[in-house]
Amino acid sequence: MNRVFATILSLGLIAGGAGFAIAESNPATPVPPPAPARSISSATADHTKFDILKKPFASGPEVTEACVSCHTEADDQIMHSIHFEWKYASDSGQMLGKSQVINAFCGNVAGNEPRCTSCHAGYGWDDMSKTAEQAGAVPDCLVCHDRSGQYTKTATGAGHPPLAPVKPGTKTITGAAAWPVDLSKAAQSVGMPGRDNCGNCHFYGGGGDNVKHGDLSSALYAPPKEVDVHMSPDGLNFTCSTCHVEDKHNWAGSRYDTVAKDMVGRGKPGAIRTAATCESCHDTNPHPLNIKGVKLNDHTDKLACQTCHIPEFARGGVATKTYWDWSTAGRMGADGKPMHEANYVQSDGKELHTYLSTKGDFKWGEDVVPHYAWFNGHVEYATGEEIDPTAPVEVNRVNGTPGGVDSRIWPFKRMEGRQAYDTDSNKLAYSHVWGPTTDTAFWTNFDWPKAIEAGMKAAGQPYSGNFDFVETEMYWPITHMVAPASDALDCAACHAQDGRLDGMAAVYMPGTNPRSPAGLLGLALVVLTLLGVGLHIALRIIGGRKGGTDHG
Amino acid sequence: MARRVVKVYPRFERLWHWTQMVMIMVLMFTGFGLNGLHSLLPFGPAVMLHTIAALVLLAIWIFATFWLFTTGTWRQFVPQLEGLFKMARFYAYGVFRGEEPPYRKVFWRKHNPLQALTYFGLKVVVFPAIWGSGLLYLTYNFWAADEGSTFALYVVANIHLLAAYVIAAFVITHVYLLTIGHGFRSHVRPMVTGYDCIDLTPEQEAYLETNEPGRLMPKEG
Repeated sequence: MNRVFATILSLGLIAGGAGFAIAESNPATPVPPPAPARSISSATADHTKFDILKKPFASGPEVTEACVSCHTEADDQIMHSIHFEWKYASDSGQMLGKSQVINAFCGNVAGNEPRCTSCHAGYGWDDMSKTAEQAGAVPDCLVCHDRSGQYTKTATGAGHPPLAPVKPGTKTITGAAAWPVDLSKAAQSVGMPGRDNCGNCHFYGGGGDNVKHGDLSSALYAPPKEVDVHMSPDGLNFTCSTCHVEDKHNWAGSRYDTVAKDMVGRGKPGAIRTAATCESCHDTNPHPLNIKGVKLNDHTDKLACQTCHIPEFARGGVATKTYWDWSTAGRMGADGKPMHEANYVQSDGKELHTYLSTKGDFKWGEDVVPHYAWFNGHVEYATGEEIDPTAPVEVNRVNGTPGGVDSRIWPFKRMEGRQAYDTDSNKLAYSHVWGPTTDTAFWTNFDWPKAIEAGMKAAGQPYSGNFDFVETEMYWPITHMVAPASDALDCAACHAQDGRLDGMAAVYMPGTNPRSPAGLLGLALVVLTLLGVGLHIALRIIGGRKGGTDHG
Repeated sequence: MARRVVKVYPRFERLWHWTQMVMIMVLMFTGFGLNGLHSLLPFGPAVMLHTIAALVLLAIWIFATFWLFTTGTWRQFVPQLEGLFKMARFYAYGVFRGEEPPYRKVFWRKHNPLQALTYFGLKVVVFPAIWGSGLLYLTYNFWAADEGSTFALYVVANIHLLAAYVIAAFVITHVYLLTIGHGFRSHVRPMVTGYDCIDLTPEQEAYLETNEPGRLMPKEG
């Protein structure tokens, strides 16, 4: 295994999901990961030669100032992107984005800003009641463009990097013990983003390695081919932005509005498509024109490529969180102090938390078989809506019409759990969990009434003062960790009785029901024919004659 | 009227018949597997074998259709009412009493009326149904509309399945009826050797002796 990968993985696992209320001592001096391999660049500028980048920088924003002195439009572009705004005006009419929604993991950003905004592509967004721009946040160029490998952000610093002297116990956004970042070195190293730039935030969403997405984990820093055929250094060695192509710092590929069915494919020769779909490279009839490929192409109108080509997610040795029960949080150990249990053993032997006083009960999964559903790319959130607490609440609804023109069957990670809601308004509740110095933060005081009241206040929402916990489900489209073609899902995974797509509406799948009405009718015909033949034989025997026809 | 051993099944017809037999067996075996009745073959290879067998059968059928019409053999398969009831009565009653079959092969009629009607039904209804639905099934991607194609495929697939079961019932009956009369072996032999004992008019006999002596076995004794 690649050393970079191993280092990052182990650093991530040491503290991943450990809960940041628990301080851990780190006697050894933290070491930054080594610089990633430099990609071949055809750029006409060598950033090590710019005088403005050679000076010592006292803060992240100072580096940004230097960047925009040449890249005059870059800050404007990034400040109008979802990476900075954390807002997404969905086609459904809902305002989505991290700053708005309640998810099934840590819940909400509002009220927990410096922790959650540690992964903001900016510096200093510490108040979610204001937009990042109003809050005076400054774009962070380095988090995406640093190629020295030693740039990072502190886990609780509203996006700022750890700078010398680093306070002992400080963590980075990947959960590693923080080292002092050399901003000048980072500024001179800039280049196009590598897997590490994106992964340092996106692989650790939800508080630890692969906790949130299921198909985005530290395994993708340098995956073997069988984990990700595109990103593997042994394969195509793609970076994230090879597929997530960009226009003015806005990236293709969104979980809020996914292109669930790409009818355009490669487009016209030479035409630029800002789409992150499989079809934008592989075209709409991706299988070769042979006897097998033609049949496989028959599936593309109803099945997303991912459905067959990502047979399981959370592959590569990093488990994903599949269940999170907030209602059990707050139970203390025998000594009256916050406790943890670690009863899930990951394939590499690492024990993962299954209970934390701060967060409640967890379940984990590796090589997880996805949940499948018709999907037209549109997702709606239950945030702010009246819910039915007697049934599991879909935190986000995956829209799609079975058999619809715009829809296909997609694989999803289904996250399950229990979350707080306001029992009077029947709305999901915001909670204030992070805040080492407040007397309302749950992870500090373990007091739900206070934590929810503070969370609702931070989000500007009315709160009755009464709460309970409701079962929730959340869906995450699975689109990474594409396996080599030889590992694609076998036909019989679905074309069999009780197959993976059993009960899916609007698909006709041979092999799933031999006793369909037509099948039973046919079987009856064959049985009657056999009975007739048997009767005929019996009568011939009783008649004692062979019969004497000259039948030909 | 003379009983003579005549070549009634030329080489192509025999090739057609046995190729068809093998392919139908392959198609039924793989097809019922794909339908979920058994899982003796993995699904993917079964699909490909099914498709290849279908294409081979389609090719032989194109030749057979051409052959039937150019040689005029198609007339053999035109159903006739005459003798139909007698034949049905024989299978349903007479055969048990040891009656002689009410039909004898003649030169231009190698099938009995019931047989001819069955083959006609197969050729006009069942085979087109299985071929039509099968080709639509195979070419789904070329005609599948944006909407409603799931229902269309459901209809196509069920027609295909029902036609397959009708063919299965035919195969069972067809093989069973070979056992009636002179026995299985003597009924299968003509389709192997090509020669069968049929009634010839003096004119037919004279014509064959003069113009196609190769189609006549020498008289016994």
